[in-house]
Amino acid sequence: MRKLDRKLIRDLFHMKGQAIAITLVIAAGVAVFVMSTCAYASLSDGQIRFYRNNRFADIFSSAKRCPKALIPRIEQIPGVSTVETRLVYDVLLDVPDMTEPATGRLISIPEIREQRLNEVYISRGRMVEPNRLGEVVASEMFAETHGFKPGDTVRAVINGTVQQLKMVGVALTPEYVIQLQGGAMLPDKKRFGIFWVNERQLESAFDMSGAFNSVLLKLEYGANLDEVIDQLDKLLEPFGSIGAYDRSQQLSHQYVTDELLQLKTMATVGPSIFLSVAAFLLNIVVSRVISQQREQVAALKAFGYFNYEIGFHYLNLVMVISMTGTIIGTLFGFWMGANLIEMYQEFYKFPLLKFQINEIAVLWAFLLTTFAAVVGTWLAVRNAIRLPPAEAMRPEPPPTYRPTIVERFVPLGMLSAELRMIFRNIERKLLKSAVSIVGIAVAVAVLILGSFSLDSLDYLIDFQFRKAQRQDLTVSFVEPATSSVVHEMSGLDGALDSETMRAVASRIRFQHRSRRVGIMGLESEPKLFRLLGEDERPIAVPTHGITLNSKLASLLGAGLGDRLNVEVLEGKRPKINVELTSIVNEFGGVNAYMDKRQLHELLKESAVASGAFLKVDSNRLEDIYQELESRPGVGSVSIKDANIRSFKETVAENMLTMRSFNILFAVVIAIGVVYNSARISLSEQSRDLATMRVIGFTRTEVATVLLGEIILFTIVAIPLGWLIGYWFAAFMIMGLETENYRIPLIINYSTFAFASLVVVLATFFSALIIQRRINQLDLISVLKTRE
Amino acid sequence: MNTDTDTEHRTAVFRAADIAKIYQMGEVQVHALRGVSLELFDHEFVVLLGASGSGKSTLLNILGGLDVPTSGTVHYLDNELTASDDSKLTQYRRKNVGFVFQFYNLIPSLTAKENVELITEIATDPMDPLDALDMVKLKERANHFPAQLSGGEQQRVAIARAIAKKPKVLLCDEPTGALDVETGIVVLEAIARINDELGTTTAVITHNAAIARMADRVISLSNGQISAVNENASRIDASKLEW
Repeated sequence: MRKLDRKLIRDLFHMKGQAIAITLVIAAGVAVFVMSTCAYASLSDGQIRFYRNNRFADIFSSAKRCPKALIPRIEQIPGVSTVETRLVYDVLLDVPDMTEPATGRLISIPEIREQRLNEVYISRGRMVEPNRLGEVVASEMFAETHGFKPGDTVRAVINGTVQQLKMVGVALTPEYVIQLQGGAMLPDKKRFGIFWVNERQLESAFDMSGAFNSVLLKLEYGANLDEVIDQLDKLLEPFGSIGAYDRSQQLSHQYVTDELLQLKTMATVGPSIFLSVAAFLLNIVVSRVISQQREQVAALKAFGYFNYEIGFHYLNLVMVISMTGTIIGTLFGFWMGANLIEMYQEFYKFPLLKFQINEIAVLWAFLLTTFAAVVGTWLAVRNAIRLPPAEAMRPEPPPTYRPTIVERFVPLGMLSAELRMIFRNIERKLLKSAVSIVGIAVAVAVLILGSFSLDSLDYLIDFQFRKAQRQDLTVSFVEPATSSVVHEMSGLDGALDSETMRAVASRIRFQHRSRRVGIMGLESEPKLFRLLGEDERPIAVPTHGITLNSKLASLLGAGLGDRLNVEVLEGKRPKINVELTSIVNEFGGVNAYMDKRQLHELLKESAVASGAFLKVDSNRLEDIYQELESRPGVGSVSIKDANIRSFKETVAENMLTMRSFNILFAVVIAIGVVYNSARISLSEQSRDLATMRVIGFTRTEVATVLLGEIILFTIVAIPLGWLIGYWFAAFMIMGLETENYRIPLIINYSTFAFASLVVVLATFFSALIIQRRINQLDLISVLKTRE
Repeated sequence: MNTDTDTEHRTAVFRAADIAKIYQMGEVQVHALRGVSLELFDHEFVVLLGASGSGKSTLLNILGGLDVPTSGTVHYLDNELTASDDSKLTQYRRKNVGFVFQFYNLIPSLTAKENVELITEIATDPMDPLDALDMVKLKERANHFPAQLSGGEQQRVAIARAIAKKPKVLLCDEPTGALDVETGIVVLEAIARINDELGTTTAVITHNAAIARMADRVISLSNGQISAVNENASRIDASKLEW
């Protein structure tokens, strides 16, 4: 081994505390990067393969009842390569391990041919056999959640008759990678399941012989998507179509795509923060090392070592740190990525979702850290090798100090010698001090960033599901129900309050933008399903015009007072022009609301209802569930509390895992910054400090000079960190905003306090280590060494 | 300035002509050298004597290629050092010059032997590092770190390090400046032995007039100029020096 390399190893060992701190900061950045890029690759690969192998459709549409004779005409639409038609119905399920009803989505399977699109992937058991009535294949998520095995049965209320469905297999489909019911904000593994049934069984149960109510299209390469959608809509319109849509509006696809987008955000934001901090730390540490080794550099140069040899020597020192960080970070990133993929498996069902090592990502991680490390140290190294050897041989001139600004305003007597030293030190190294403060502030910010999502989520759930939606159950009817049914609903034993709503599919246009969206007709002053303004106070539904949530309004580019073209996609399909009279705040989906009476008038119908909101006596729930299950008109029942619970169980738990990683990383940053800057101050001032000790200052007084600086930095950094954390959070929320979710920017005081506390503790522990070093200051040897 | 006729038949290793060096120290100009001309010869042992601030260190640094004069020319054999760029100067130092500094400038993280090896690794025809240490009588302490050695021992390691590449010239800047008399004499003995046994042209800077007696020639500097050049009729053994 070259002797210069041996020096490097011993130097590294000598500065091991600092080297480890920086290595860990780099490792944290690399870990986040490797985790998110590998998870991205795994998820994206799982998605692409599943879509390709199981022929995921490009366009989706549904109608009330279309004759199969229409199929050739659909096939003739230019650009269409494959057409698949089927029957899809939602039914109520009676699941043995649940008192409350679940919703089953029955999808027909052709009996005499293979599925053409959205093929089912059987993961266990077998496919339903032709002609066998009562056999079904259940979606894996639902089956796993309930512990169903092939051979088990569930009872379903199909068009008013109770039928036993025997599960012969368990399957996945690209259509429901995430198990989410339309209109629901949260995925529900327990109360929503997909079942594949023989076509004939559904035909006879719903009297749909020779007809279909759902159509899937696969397009030729280069086909005009909008054109195909238009033509399909024209064909299906007479049969009660509510409009076709492409993958971008397909719920399951949207969720997976959103997740991929989030991983991308994570892969950029996190590592940039960590690697910038690492670059800064390397810069200050290497600068210090080089200035301490000034004379060694001079000697090496005097003996004929070339500048590049010395430059590389110090760069190698940095490379050892950054490479170690990269290796640790990569391994940790693999582990975190594998965990993340495991977590995904709870939400996303792919036949093959395996953690993949993305070699390109590892290579990038290596390049990025090397880049950050070299940039961070280049200036320091360049100055070292530039210095003429004769000059480097002389000790560094004493630093120039001046009275600080603080001293100009505060009378001399009020500042102790220690305080004056602190202020002068800070002012002399203003840039370094500023960057140290920013570094500590970033640690606070990372903690806020990692913790605030729980606050936001709590707020969101409270706002949306407690303040706005105050019903316990939402019942939707298969067909619009007459007022007598509605009356019965409110008369249910145990129902405390009820409210009905009318929902219709529509297309809303403003200028050249349009959106397919359901319009919900509400009471003018709803008590259960309420619309809230920004101050959380309920807003009355205007008796004329239309109300949009802010996301829909911004998607359409419409503002209050604008006139929108609304095309109802049901019944007589009226087209009207209405004023946008109100905009409400919501955190999920794109929604439109109208006064119920206005909607009835528009549809020229009596006071029918598509569904009802119920407030119920929690002691009578079982009776109510039974009563609802027995009613043929009831299509589905959604239970608010159960939804929230299952959501919290999974999402919140995962958020906690991610939060502990964030805390770990923030502590790494905080200690890295605090420890390194204190350590450097100690080495720069050890002679002064020892001198103070020799002339009679106590250890505590001496420590005040050094630790005072760190404490001052921390005090300034914390509020700055709150601010940066708030920006980070706002920035991240913008990056994560999707049509399905808007996360409100809510950061509780407790989160600010928590972030501050962690950083204060990190500072405290760094200070303890430094204090120990001060106690160990060898007075005599420090005074003797020439520096 | 050098008018000595006896030296004319010998090879001049260094030829400096009218060199001046001006430092800019903040807002003041410091004239470290004001027109110095001299020659140093093969195998010669020269002491550059002067008080601090006389310019002797600057002169040594310029001869060693660590610094360049503001004006004037310096030749090492046929090479004009004053016309060399940084890389050529490095090459020159690497091949030809051994330095000994007042404060040793050892690498604290390397042992005595490793400090020597640091230099032999980049030299073309070096001696064995242990032989170099043997010449300064420190072979048995080869595996000690600088912190485990006394000042005199450290300086002897520095000498071993300087001579291990078998340099043409050995330049010593106050090699005994940080040492007591006894230790200083041991160090000087080592330097004298190198000069004797290897025939290395040796220049030693000192402000200590007593040391001058061990030299072939003594060049005195004051205020950036050569004030006197004296040739010793006979060199005194280092062990007989006292101050």
